Amino acid sequence: MKKSLFFGTLAAAGALAGFASADTLADIKARGELLCGTNTGLTGFAAPDANGVYQGFDVAVCKAIAAAVLGDATKVRYVPTTGETRFTALASGEVDLLVRNSTWTFSRDTDLKFDFVAVNYYDGQGFMVKKDLGVSSAKELDGATVCIQTGTTTELNLADFFKANNISYTPVTVADDSEAQRQYVAGACDAYTTDASGLAATRATLPDAENHIILPEIISKEPLGPVVRHGDNNWGDIVRWTFYALVAAEELGITSANVNEIGTSTVNPEIKRILGTEGDMGAMMGLDAEWAKRAIAANGNYGEIFAANIGESTPIGLARGLNAQWTQGGLMYAPPFR
Amino acid sequence: MAYAGEVPKPRFRPGMLIYDTRYRSLTIQLIVLVLFAFGLSWLINNVIVNLAAKDRTFDFGFLWNRAGYDINQTLIPYTNDSTHGRALFVGLVNTLVVAALGCFLATVLGVIIGVLRLSKNWLIGRLMTVYVEVFRNIPLLLWILLSFVILTETTPSPRDFRVTDEMIAAGQAPAARMFLNDSVAITNRGMNVPAPLFTRSLGTAGIGEFQISLNFLAIFAVIGASAIVNRRMVRRARALQEDTGVRPVTWWKSLLVLFVPVIALMLALGFHLEYPRMTRFNFSGGIEVLHSFTALLIALVLYTAAFIAEIVRAGILAIPRGQTEAAFALGLRPGRTMSLIILPQALRVIIPPLISQYLNLTKNTSLAIAVSYMDLRGTLGGVTLNQTGKELECMLLMMLIYLTISLMIASVMNIYNSSVRLKER
Repeated sequence: MKKSLFFGTLAAAGALAGFASADTLADIKARGELLCGTNTGLTGFAAPDANGVYQGFDVAVCKAIAAAVLGDATKVRYVPTTGETRFTALASGEVDLLVRNSTWTFSRDTDLKFDFVAVNYYDGQGFMVKKDLGVSSAKELDGATVCIQTGTTTELNLADFFKANNISYTPVTVADDSEAQRQYVAGACDAYTTDASGLAATRATLPDAENHIILPEIISKEPLGPVVRHGDNNWGDIVRWTFYALVAAEELGITSANVNEIGTSTVNPEIKRILGTEGDMGAMMGLDAEWAKRAIAANGNYGEIFAANIGESTPIGLARGLNAQWTQGGLMYAPPFR
Repeated sequence: MAYAGEVPKPRFRPGMLIYDTRYRSLTIQLIVLVLFAFGLSWLINNVIVNLAAKDRTFDFGFLWNRAGYDINQTLIPYTNDSTHGRALFVGLVNTLVVAALGCFLATVLGVIIGVLRLSKNWLIGRLMTVYVEVFRNIPLLLWILLSFVILTETTPSPRDFRVTDEMIAAGQAPAARMFLNDSVAITNRGMNVPAPLFTRSLGTAGIGEFQISLNFLAIFAVIGASAIVNRRMVRRARALQEDTGVRPVTWWKSLLVLFVPVIALMLALGFHLEYPRMTRFNFSGGIEVLHSFTALLIALVLYTAAFIAEIVRAGILAIPRGQTEAAFALGLRPGRTMSLIILPQALRVIIPPLISQYLNLTKNTSLAIAVSYMDLRGTLGGVTLNQTGKELECMLLMMLIYLTISLMIASVMNIYNSSVRLKER
């Protein structure tokens, strides 16, 4: 009986994993809504606004994909996930894709059987401390208590950084950004470490932002991007190229303002191909001709999304830096639409 | 007269499987067994199909890979270079420490409260009733969070302990002070207490990664030996008292036997305390007891003690009033009556439900996640699960470990139960 009990639990655990269908696009169309895994709340990237509607840099990618696939940018159900639950949610089919500032790593791409289809934000891990602590470099944090989100790459980078510099620390593991913020403000930890963009977003929401500094060290590479499951390459293509349509739109000067007329007024054949006035790129992925047009119309191009959510005019105030177009010295480089 | 032939044996007909009560129960059992096996195979098949669909394997090889993350409470040596398997053991030890301390303290508190609830003193009796009702009727998770918040919000931050040169020059005292002759500091992160150290250490012994400090082993051995000698001495005194009616004076001999060897051993080992001292961010040196541990322990103890108190009260009330009256008639005082007559009899009523309270407490330690205490759920079921992505393996392993712990507690307690129950011969 004990043995059968064991197998029963084994099987029950498996049953909970659910069924992941192989044709995500058909599922979404049948459902009439896109299930997008997002952050539980990270201002600027994915957080509910005053009306309870999710807004942000990552959310904009979800909206663009919903617009491309379903023709309506509002047909998205946002599934808030923590650092701990996000990959399980994706693997079990609870969400169609994950746009939750998740770092592209080798083992996640291969061992966890996911595909990171693009990078929508090139980031790196930093530290935030209170100014009156008198710390000016992360290497001075010997003996400090550090708040860290569990289940993240930053957790491992932190261990590596302190080991490499031969200094010690006490980790305080927290589930998500809001808990980290609470612990940090309460003084349960001296420093909070996560992606520099996340730190900027957290700092922007603190009532006394000027009393907190982000240390100059960036201790890791954190390419953040949308993730899909292995095994449905067409769906991966749709997510990848919808995102690159936004990037290419910025490079080619397609904006939310001119997206409706530029397709016919331009002589640039690439713009025509993207906007579907020439060729049949949408059909190659099982979408209609105007998929990219709707995606761009939803929130504007990549530059507009960046400026509206996390750019220098917002309280978060991030510079484009690595995330500028390749023509501007950044890393945003859309492959040719041909 | 011709007898009819032997009574013909009723021939078995398939219809009897349903209409004959002798066979019907067998039929039903068989059907249920087949359905159960069918459901089971469906579930297992589901696992296999889904694992294959996701191109995932089922193996425990990750336990031998480098963990790469740090744990804030490690009672066995662990660094981020250790394996996930070792992180599992760190978490398991953290779980067991909370569970063992919790069971012990909850029993002590529960017995006291259970006895006091029956007190004739109106105020004490009512107060204990209020305690029991309040603690057992509010979810444990809330108690854990409450005690954690109280511990972290009402205590000073480590920087309040810092004394700078300017403060000395200005004659200012720091905002917070250490307790007990500057040996214990309570901050909003934890409690720093002195650590025992040995200058002439015996080192450690063990197999591979699992090492035990020989110092503590030696101390425990000496304490055990002293206790045995002391017990023998007391027994001899009692025998002498029964023979002659005169009890020899033993108290100073007991003190001598119990304390002198241990103190001598500790002096020989060069025992001293390492006091925590303030460094730039935190206290270092000494032992830091994290508030997550303390909060979890306090909440578990207070919550479970309420249930144990009720069990103890039920056990005592199950003993007929006549037992107490008979004890009083023999001239025993109420305290002796309770400890010599009532409690030993009540134990056989108390122990079986007590086992399940111990099991509950042990399983409830997994709520440690609420205060980020790195127990088994925090290491194996938390960080390891996330960093390796082996959900099924980690969850099954964790269930298996909790099952094993529970079965072990239950079997040990059952052995104890059979040793105290009424002997029927």
